[in-house]
Amino acid sequence: MTAAVVFGLCGAAAAGLGLYGAIANPRPLRKILAFNLLSSGVFLLFGVIARRGAVSAFSGDPVPQALVITGIVVAAAGTALAVALLLRFFKATGSTTLSAGALASAPADSIDE
Amino acid sequence: MTSDIILDCILAALVLAVGCWVIVVRDSFAAAVGFVAYGLLLTLVWVRLDAIDVALMEGAIGSGLTGALLLRASSRLGAKEQSTAAEQPGVMLRTVAALLSVIVAAMLATAVLYLPDPAPTLAPEAAANASATGMANPVTNVLMAFRAMDTMLEKVVLLVALAGVWSLARDRYWGGRPGPRFRSDPKDPLALLAQTLPPLGIVVGIYMLWEGADAPGGAFQGGTIIAAMWLLAVIAGLTDTPPVSNRRVRLALIAGPLLFLIVGFGGLWLGEAFLAYPVAYAKPLLLVIEFAMTLTVAVTLGLLIVGPPEREGAP
Repeated sequence: MTAAVVFGLCGAAAAGLGLYGAIANPRPLRKILAFNLLSSGVFLLFGVIARRGAVSAFSGDPVPQALVITGIVVAAAGTALAVALLLRFFKATGSTTLSAGALASAPADSIDE
Repeated sequence: MTSDIILDCILAALVLAVGCWVIVVRDSFAAAVGFVAYGLLLTLVWVRLDAIDVALMEGAIGSGLTGALLLRASSRLGAKEQSTAAEQPGVMLRTVAALLSVIVAAMLATAVLYLPDPAPTLAPEAAANASATGMANPVTNVLMAFRAMDTMLEKVVLLVALAGVWSLARDRYWGGRPGPRFRSDPKDPLALLAQTLPPLGIVVGIYMLWEGADAPGGAFQGGTIIAAMWLLAVIAGLTDTPPVSNRRVRLALIAGPLLFLIVGFGGLWLGEAFLAYPVAYAKPLLLVIEFAMTLTVAVTLGLLIVGPPEREGAP
């Protein structure tokens, strides 16, 4: 058992945890949070692959590491867009519900322009 | 060796415990705080995996900026959001979701346990070609030279995301200033922090950019720290966000990708291919791109966090 295996299993579990939260939690903000958990798990798997690619003088394979760095930035940008959409939706409907029935009864007058 | 493994196991257990808490806790603000803690623990995991560049990134963006974004969103949604919790899906759906998640996690875990041995690696190739760029940090070499296309496109993704955020503004606020105007209170400890920390933070950010050539760090990490310093000054009310129609802001936003493209097409014309740097000028060219990118990353991330324009632009 090495550090790579321990954190690989940890990443797999975090991905599963995030997937469950994204499906089961009805609140959009919590779905976004869960999605971030899911992506962090996937990044961790990349980290494990990078760590396993360590040869002689190198602590790890730099290519997966660079991909993760790109991934983290893109994930943050996606989260920012999702949060902006959610806040706009909340401002327009006064609610954060995603269920169609509840949305129909929401006050429509607050939708501007 | 064994004590290392025990520590790693404890760290992994902590990460998963905080992760569980983020998913199940009722209060969304608490979940967002938990997410920041989760990100910081994850930073330690990246250190343990000897990926210091990624650890810096996770700490700065994954935990820091994303955390700030989620905290702000949860406080804006407030108690109203809590009512949506009543729409929790039935036991049936939750069981199926749990089952699906367990299957996915188990499959990933199996993949981890049965990874090929010896592991395929590009580390020797990355090291063998490091002389082409004159930089010693292999991760920076991959980001800026060997896989420069990814990095350039990522900058474009950031711009598209920002355009998406801005397009959510109400028509009458288009071109205006994003976010609320925070009021400055000179007696507030936050104001003191926002006056003392940014000078240090900006130096650290530039240092990280500069050191990124040979040591862990780089344009992303440096840019994120500078963005955080700017956000701190905005939240403390010491400065205001610029109108999004401001020409200088827009120039800063496109500086990184534009320079990248110019150098890229220059490579097509002078060198061998798109984004192929002439070896003799590789390092200075990369440094110029990195400086422009740091500026772009800082401005883009900062503006992504403050959100769409919400006020008239006129001073």
